[in-house]
Amino acid sequence: MAVETTTRAKLRWGLLDVLVVVFALIPVLWIASLSFKTPATLTDGKFIPREWTLDNYRTIFDTDQFVRALINSIGIALIATLIAVVLGAMAAYAISRLDFPGKGLLVGVSLLIAMFPQVSLVSPLFEIERQLGLFDTWPGLILPYITFALPLAIYTLSAFFKQIPWDLEKAAKMDGATQGQAFRRVIAPLAAPGLFTTAILVFIFCWNDFLFAITLTSTERARTVPVALSFFTGESQFEDPTGAICAAAVVITIPIILFVLFFQRRIVSGLTSGAVKG
Amino acid sequence: MADIVLDKVSKSFPDGTVAVQDVDLEIADGEFVILVGPSGCGKSTTLNMIAGLEDISSGELRIGGQRVNDKAPRDRDIAMVFQSYALYPNMTVRENMAFPLRLAKLDKETINQKVDEAAKVLELTALLDRKPANLSGGQRQRVAMGRAIVRQPKAFLMDEPLSNLDAKLRVQMRTVVSRLQKQLGTTTVYVTHDQTEAMTLGDRVVIMRGGAVQQVGPPQELYDHPRNLFVAGFIGSPSMNFLHAAVQDGALHTALGDVPLGDRVRRELEAADAPRELILGIRPEHFEDAELVDDDTRRRGLEFEAPAEIVESMGSDKYVYFTVEGERASAAELEELAADAGAADFAGTGGNLVTRLSAESPVAEGQSRRVWFNLEKIHLFDPATGRNLTLHEGRAAGALAD
Repeated sequence: MAVETTTRAKLRWGLLDVLVVVFALIPVLWIASLSFKTPATLTDGKFIPREWTLDNYRTIFDTDQFVRALINSIGIALIATLIAVVLGAMAAYAISRLDFPGKGLLVGVSLLIAMFPQVSLVSPLFEIERQLGLFDTWPGLILPYITFALPLAIYTLSAFFKQIPWDLEKAAKMDGATQGQAFRRVIAPLAAPGLFTTAILVFIFCWNDFLFAITLTSTERARTVPVALSFFTGESQFEDPTGAICAAAVVITIPIILFVLFFQRRIVSGLTSGAVKG
Repeated sequence: MADIVLDKVSKSFPDGTVAVQDVDLEIADGEFVILVGPSGCGKSTTLNMIAGLEDISSGELRIGGQRVNDKAPRDRDIAMVFQSYALYPNMTVRENMAFPLRLAKLDKETINQKVDEAAKVLELTALLDRKPANLSGGQRQRVAMGRAIVRQPKAFLMDEPLSNLDAKLRVQMRTVVSRLQKQLGTTTVYVTHDQTEAMTLGDRVVIMRGGAVQQVGPPQELYDHPRNLFVAGFIGSPSMNFLHAAVQDGALHTALGDVPLGDRVRRELEAADAPRELILGIRPEHFEDAELVDDDTRRRGLEFEAPAEIVESMGSDKYVYFTVEGERASAAELEELAADAGAADFAGTGGNLVTRLSAESPVAEGQSRRVWFNLEKIHLFDPATGRNLTLHEGRAAGALAD
């Protein structure tokens, strides 16, 4: 880097960063703050709650509805992520390494899927799933999630695979490795950051989805958290559920944060440095 | 250890391009053979076919007497050093070198012992626990070699292993490679585009052009007795001078004067389809300052006078660039060579003659000087086919031979 970083430049960038972070975090903090407020002080407009309470959290975990939705969400997102990453890795490896007929078409179609407006698919999917008996089941959500996550997975992963020098694979073959051994012992370890990055992106996509979850589920059997939140009511019809919704919103961000923190440590950049010259 | 035999090996791609055409080559056990040629001549493809990284379209490849056309690289028992080194960045130097042994399922103790041995040979012992990212270019190169020698394969294949090193290190590593190969006595096929490497390293050199072998032989033989224009122009640095020559009345008219012809060449030119125009080739060291040539030697050559454009004093001798008038020699081979040297765009300046004169020569820039050249050492080429007309039974005899 030839750019000289003076103290002033550092300060300027630091301030800018803080500004962006604050801008992004205020709504989150606001929700967190609301979740700790009592119903009486909910609308007082104070950022820091005057009366702290954990009642809202107690409420959501008392209702079977939320816990069940949380389990659904975690299960569905994890399974969809796993399948999408495994399939995506295989497809991306083929795309980045092999020259096969229809390769351009495959890449084009996957791009098409990624760009397709999901709303327009909702009613056909609803009909298809009802006919097939997939409606309101885990697979009923996992399948469309995989469909829409795969293009994302293929794109990010093939970018990662392309960075891995092909010579490494040739070298492994010369050293006596089979195709499978070369992939497992040389290519996959190097693609690990890519796999984790993709896993995070796909997981977040599945976790946050509202559209499919609300149209393709009807009961607690497969309803995920974002949808369950929208069905939230207080203990009685007349109770304001804002506090509870906020508490639930805080709770459902926790798995995402954990997931990202867990995998982020594995995303070490520059893993391939030193493999080949340049 | 084994010999490698290429029997009419060809490589063609589905789109019809032929990368390698009918290569016949017998590499003896323990021999060090260099494949050399400009980029795109098929040398790397040939190496990859020997390695098994590329399919052989037709012909047969035998290693140690066994046909290996359809064998996977892992079943051929040969090791390869890549231009990019291709070290596994997630493994330490030790793990990198142990990788082929671990795949061969040797026990831990043997592996450690073999890696330590190879590391000692290549002076890598102190670096065994480092990752490739923390090594210098030369060290990485040695690790790549270590990974190849550690399992004592039948043959080594090296794909421009030194081309990523800086000039000084390259010269140093050249001797390392040479010594290692002699020490181990393993059959080695070495690909390079650098003719200096080819000349200095190999027992035999294979010059390729456009997928076909041009000439195979020991370096000195290729230098002294090039079979065609391409070989003559490719080998040697600075390269051979080429001049246009017109055949007339049993003599050659060139920019350096009329060159008399001996019976042998004359007979050759009497044939009905003989070319009327030739290309005359002279190596820089076959010129000499006319003042410094004794009478006996003088008779075997010819003299001409030309202005010296640039004088480069090397201490041991002088490189003098003369400008000569006259038509430029032109042939497809020469254009290809110029393009490969990156000189295609400025080769257009008349006839520029590179000569290597004795250091005692008082030649000065801008002055005209009488220069002598040896007629016994000149080569005559047919511009259409590139064939060396002065070559008889593999020996170049100059223009005067009877």
